[in-house]
Amino acid sequence: MKNIFKTICLIFLLTNFSVISVAAEEEKKLLSTDWSFKGYFGKFDRGSLQRGYQVYQEVCASCHSMKYLSYRNLSEKGGPEFSEEQAKAIASNFEVTDGPNDDGEMFTRPAKLSDKFVNPYLNDKEAIASNGGAYPPDMSVLVKARSGGADYVYSVLLGYEDPPSGIILDDGVYYNKYMYGNAIKMPNPLSDGLVEYNDGTEATEEQMAKDVVTFLAWSAEPHLEARHKIGFKAIIYLIILALLAYLSMKRVWSRVEPKV
Amino acid sequence: MSDHNYVPSSKLGKWFNDRLPLLSLSAHLQEYPTPKNLNYWWTFGGILTFCLIAQIITGVVLAMHYVAHADLAFDSVEHIMRDVNYGWLIRYVHANGASMFFLAVYIHIFRSLYYGSYKSPREVIWIIGMIIYLLMMATAFMGYVLPWGQMSFWGATVITNLFSAVPLVGESITNWLWGGYAVDNPTLTRFFSLHYLLPFLIFGLVILHIWALHVPGNNNPVGIDLKKPSKDTVPFHPYIVIKDLFALLLFLIVFAFFVFYAPNILGHSDNYIEANPMVTPAHIVPEWYLLPFYAILRSVPDKLFGVIAMFASIFILIILPWLDTSKVRSAIFRPLYKQFYWILVIDVILLGYMGAMPAEGTYLLIARIATTYYFVHFLIILPILGKKEKTLEVPQSITEPVLGGSSNPEMVKKKDLFN
Repeated sequence: MKNIFKTICLIFLLTNFSVISVAAEEEKKLLSTDWSFKGYFGKFDRGSLQRGYQVYQEVCASCHSMKYLSYRNLSEKGGPEFSEEQAKAIASNFEVTDGPNDDGEMFTRPAKLSDKFVNPYLNDKEAIASNGGAYPPDMSVLVKARSGGADYVYSVLLGYEDPPSGIILDDGVYYNKYMYGNAIKMPNPLSDGLVEYNDGTEATEEQMAKDVVTFLAWSAEPHLEARHKIGFKAIIYLIILALLAYLSMKRVWSRVEPKV
Repeated sequence: MSDHNYVPSSKLGKWFNDRLPLLSLSAHLQEYPTPKNLNYWWTFGGILTFCLIAQIITGVVLAMHYVAHADLAFDSVEHIMRDVNYGWLIRYVHANGASMFFLAVYIHIFRSLYYGSYKSPREVIWIIGMIIYLLMMATAFMGYVLPWGQMSFWGATVITNLFSAVPLVGESITNWLWGGYAVDNPTLTRFFSLHYLLPFLIFGLVILHIWALHVPGNNNPVGIDLKKPSKDTVPFHPYIVIKDLFALLLFLIVFAFFVFYAPNILGHSDNYIEANPMVTPAHIVPEWYLLPFYAILRSVPDKLFGVIAMFASIFILIILPWLDTSKVRSAIFRPLYKQFYWILVIDVILLGYMGAMPAEGTYLLIARIATTYYFVHFLIILPILGKKEKTLEVPQSITEPVLGGSSNPEMVKKKDLFN
């Protein structure tokens, strides 16, 4: 058994190395909050996801696309879990171009559950041209695409402040404590009371940032809840099986010296 | 091969076995006499076989949904993660499986280094193993390119650009590798094709690796030749099978932890940004298992010699059986080698760490010292050590050190309990 412990120690040592090397790059300590989806049993907070969608839709969606999400995802298990009617109603607010029809003509119709989230711009060039030369990144996998993950996006949303003396920024560039290089072309998107939540939650800056980042964390990892649930079962199963294998091994090896 | 005399009990079995001796093969695999003192470091062969098969199965399923096209690859991976039933699970098993595969192979290789398993008469097993390792690195590198994220694209650019260091024909070689004048769609499609092909070559080589193993039989922690079968051996089945299974299950617990609770920790966040030839990431780093070689590459100031050093660091391992001149296999009986062995382990881990850091200042200096030591270990220390070192007395059989009670105090304690 001693050898097994040594092996496990070695494995953790090796894997920690890569973690340390990543962590070493982050010099500034990121802001964090009590994310409900972290940890072995982490789940998304439905209320937060629904509010987060509202913040995305009312604040972010005018510039940021989410091209990998479909409206049906909004009513799927493990997500914001809007009812199907609610999701249909949300989808029908958007216009999509479809076709060609039997006359060979393109036409527009209200979006359906099966449609992808409608992109605010026709193409990336238009997105860049409309935003002072900076591309507003697609937010579908944003949380996984930034080192620091949810904490990083949360920190950037709350990291706007006046530039320290001596730093002069161009017009249309803003100072952000947590952004790489401290300069960002997105103006501070959040302010207290910017949206009106239906469930009575007070729309403070922190609350909106938390809700929208929860929503983005879900969109980056829509099967997170299933993953945590299956993982727990899988590991319990493996432990029991390993125990049985260990007992059989002891039994089989009892016939020979040296024993294992 | 000791069991040519196997006769199946049924008539049909005998008829078939006379024409294709699969039953004899199966009998051989069951009876195969294995040293009974193998420790848990020897279970990684079985674990690696599992890893390869798991990678092939998950890979085949992923290939059903993946689209090898520069405009569609990234989207198709997201499609797998979102819309394919349990696609996220299959992809995370495959991606983390690569890391687990390398973790296991490094333990397997360092086990061989410690117990001198590469020495006569097992040189061919070792060389085949090294070819497998090379193919694994090529396969893993090309697999990392397929999601067509930023690290995929820029990793591919950096690695393929290495070949441009070749004098005169360097540029032609890189253009030939790319199928154009930059990493682009033709590069992606050929990488996909080769990424699908190489694992099957590896599989064939694994069969040869095991075949070559079954000729002399396993080395063992004491490193002595055994009479087979004898009191020192046990049949492979059930003794080794059950022990390998137990070790595999422990390994799978670690594997599952990564897949379910930290699936992206071994990857790079930039690879969730779609490849963009116009934007270079701040740090281009390869996957963790290639970092020691990356550190060697960067520690040489000249590009061509850097590439040569990197390839030499791998090829030097192939001739290791002839660099190590000691007749004693196991480090247990080589007090000096044992110390140099651990220095090498630390050296390689250090190289890996430096590979992840920017190549400047102190990091670069440490990387250079570590690179130099790596070559000194194989080219100078090992040949001299074999001739100068005073080795300890090697026992005649496995049972001797155990019964004598000198080398395994735990066993002695147990024996006392039973008496």
